[in-house]
Amino acid sequence: MRKIRKRVFMTAGHATVSLGTGRKEFNPKKPRPGLEDYIREAGRGTLGRIGGGANVDEGVISNFMAARFNRQGNLAALIPAIDESLRWKPCTRVEGACGSGGLGLVTAVKSVLAETADVVLAIGVEVQNTVKAIYGADILAGAGWYSGQRKQGHAYFFPSLFSDRAGAYFEKYGRDRTRRAFARWYRNAVENARLCETAQEFHNACPDLEALALTEPNPRTFVDHLNVFDCSKVSDAAAAIAVVSEAGLERCGIPRKDAVEVLGWGQVEADLTAPPADPTDLETSRRAVATALESAGVNLGEIGTVECHDCFTISGLLSVEAVGLAGRGEGPDYILEGQTSRQGRVPFNTSGGLIGWGHPTGGTGVRQAVTVWQQLTGKAGAWQLEVAAERPYALSVNMGGDDKTVVALVFRRGIE
Amino acid sequence: MSYADRLSDVAVLGAAGKMGSGIVLLTAMEMADARLASDGEPSGMVLHAVDVSEEALSGLHRYLRVQVLKAAEKKAVALRKAYAGRADLVENEEVIRQYVEDVVGLVHPTSRLESAYGSRLVFEAVNEDPDLKVRLLSQVAANASGDFWVLTNTSSIPIHELDERVKLGGRIIGFHFYNPPAVQKLVELIRAGGTVPELNGFAVEYAKRLRKTVVPSRDVAGFIGNGHFMRDALYAVAEVERLAGDFGFVEAVYMVNKVSQEFLIRPMGIFQLVDYVGLDVCRSILRVMSQRLAGEKLAAPLVEEFLAMGIAGGQFPDGSQRDGFLKYEKGRPAAVFDPRKKAYEPLPGIAGREDAALGAPPGRIKPWKTVIQDPEKKGFLEEYFKELAGMKTLGADLAVRYGRKSKAIGVGLVESGVAAGPEDVNTVLLTGFYHAYGPINGYFD
Repeated sequence: MRKIRKRVFMTAGHATVSLGTGRKEFNPKKPRPGLEDYIREAGRGTLGRIGGGANVDEGVISNFMAARFNRQGNLAALIPAIDESLRWKPCTRVEGACGSGGLGLVTAVKSVLAETADVVLAIGVEVQNTVKAIYGADILAGAGWYSGQRKQGHAYFFPSLFSDRAGAYFEKYGRDRTRRAFARWYRNAVENARLCETAQEFHNACPDLEALALTEPNPRTFVDHLNVFDCSKVSDAAAAIAVVSEAGLERCGIPRKDAVEVLGWGQVEADLTAPPADPTDLETSRRAVATALESAGVNLGEIGTVECHDCFTISGLLSVEAVGLAGRGEGPDYILEGQTSRQGRVPFNTSGGLIGWGHPTGGTGVRQAVTVWQQLTGKAGAWQLEVAAERPYALSVNMGGDDKTVVALVFRRGIE
Repeated sequence: MSYADRLSDVAVLGAAGKMGSGIVLLTAMEMADARLASDGEPSGMVLHAVDVSEEALSGLHRYLRVQVLKAAEKKAVALRKAYAGRADLVENEEVIRQYVEDVVGLVHPTSRLESAYGSRLVFEAVNEDPDLKVRLLSQVAANASGDFWVLTNTSSIPIHELDERVKLGGRIIGFHFYNPPAVQKLVELIRAGGTVPELNGFAVEYAKRLRKTVVPSRDVAGFIGNGHFMRDALYAVAEVERLAGDFGFVEAVYMVNKVSQEFLIRPMGIFQLVDYVGLDVCRSILRVMSQRLAGEKLAAPLVEEFLAMGIAGGQFPDGSQRDGFLKYEKGRPAAVFDPRKKAYEPLPGIAGREDAALGAPPGRIKPWKTVIQDPEKKGFLEEYFKELAGMKTLGADLAVRYGRKSKAIGVGLVESGVAAGPEDVNTVLLTGFYHAYGPINGYFD
């Protein structure tokens, strides 16, 4: 792919709380904020930092299944509901399952590159606690191939697809060590989330996370190779960020140090109807990361932090290998050595990731960009890391479905 | 006859009662599951839900829909496999909805006992009245079109007695669920001397499929569960009578109820439990037991007195608690009944007067709910009861005496052969009554 011919930045990120089980204020029996409330909160959070909606040229909203979770379509028309000044502006809704957020970011980037916009408001949202998990599983199964897979599929369709990947990995590389790495992944996720007050696991006070995460899977009530701690939770949340050109930054009065620059990206699509060639490999993610690094002209060794798509612990582990930081089959050791923890060489998912922060499916890609923006611009508060000077770049990987729709982005803090 | 064939035509007598409706729920699901496991469609099976109350029966389907839906959502993993052959059922929601229809559809509510004449299995869950049970079962036996087995949910009547009086020739077994049957893990299984071995085998299989904990009890009135509970309650009544002279009646009820719950870390105080079961049910059980266990005084004139005044406890049709010894507000005890004034006296006033007399419970006390979830429960209880035994308060004294009596009742059940051993007594109290510890322990020695 060609290199970016124009500088593109992201700034003014805002993430709502990820609401669902685990949060003290969550009560499934009481009324909760709806889809439009989340869109409004996230959108206004970003508009407040860029001088209001008058500075916005265009809006993009990412969402997976509001049509079923919330009986709501035509989401582009909810962008003007954020602020009156957005009315009559071009808006687009994009969908690519849990990769919707990444697609939305790339859509916004392309508008800036096409010079049809200097400031694009990108929003991602999903409100999923409207149905019980067993029915939510039906809705989320739409990220797979419905007519070809759903009938034979498991009640918990997606957990089962990744459970199968975990099973294949156990067989190839050993179960015990891999499960211990899953447990460590869970612990790292929750420990990071405890530092980030919008995270779903912020209130988690379990004294021994790894012991909890080593609970034996129960195939009778769930899936063969994963337990519930191996899975991201059901989340309601939204995130927003402004995708801007240099002129856009100027218009909004934002110094470059308060923005991250998008240096390159990889957007890769696999065939929804074809099973993975090797279940122990996230091939699509691997390709997206390679493309992103190449287009950015950045080496893997220069990446200081990664936001990966750990919808399950196994996808976190396979992401470490797909990114290339650990070789095939070496992910468990890499994780157990602490390399992905916040004290590690390349910290992963510093605000908790999908397992710790939460997974508002169609909104996750945008939330990842917000996390990267906060981390690289020194706005991460209690979860701030020191970004090593020799490794100033961040990588985010957002995956839709079973490694079908993947967007990887490479960022760096804005410099003059 | 195979297990599934035996379940092809079932009657539940007393189907709209609190035990009966739970038995209908569990049995209908088991019938549907057995058929799905054999050849797919649960059509052609039938469960006759027989009850005298048309009104109560009218609510049965609604109750079943809610409960089967909940159960189906929990077992969606298995249901998808069971309906794998149905191409039209793709999503969990479609599978779950079909299962609810299949289960509810095989339940036929009826007030006509004749519906049970063709049944191969008759589950009896009518009131705890031996003559009523004998009359209904005799009518079924006299008209039955074929071989049938009886599972009786009696909680006190000896099975051999029903067997002989109905002339069932051993085609009966005691299968005593605890309330509510869908939730409580325990089933007491009681074989009469003549119970046919095949029926015992079926009952064991059925309990296993329902994932119940089975404790066998000897065929002696009251069995293990009520054998303990009734004597425990009678002891509480005697304690009230002993304390009432010094403290007054409502005060004594309050104190014994509080000690039996809080100090002894039980889920409910003894009088709350009597109210939950129902004073009328307790009276029926006591009558059955006292008539059959000569030489032991098993009567509670106080319960008779309360019932004569219309104070009966038990539950409203919506499951909420009726007033009995105690009055309930939002399900929690709020007042104590004073039979002389024929009025309830609010708890806070009584507590204000008597808590000082009782003294505080041991400092390391934890609520029952916390204790049952504690993996280190045993160690905690040892320390707790050691502290209790060292205290010189009235509350501690009442609690220790109560604990000793509870143990003596349990030991009596073992010595008289009702229970095969201490473990069985403890299992019944742990799983049927949700106690945090079995009565046969060393805490009060």
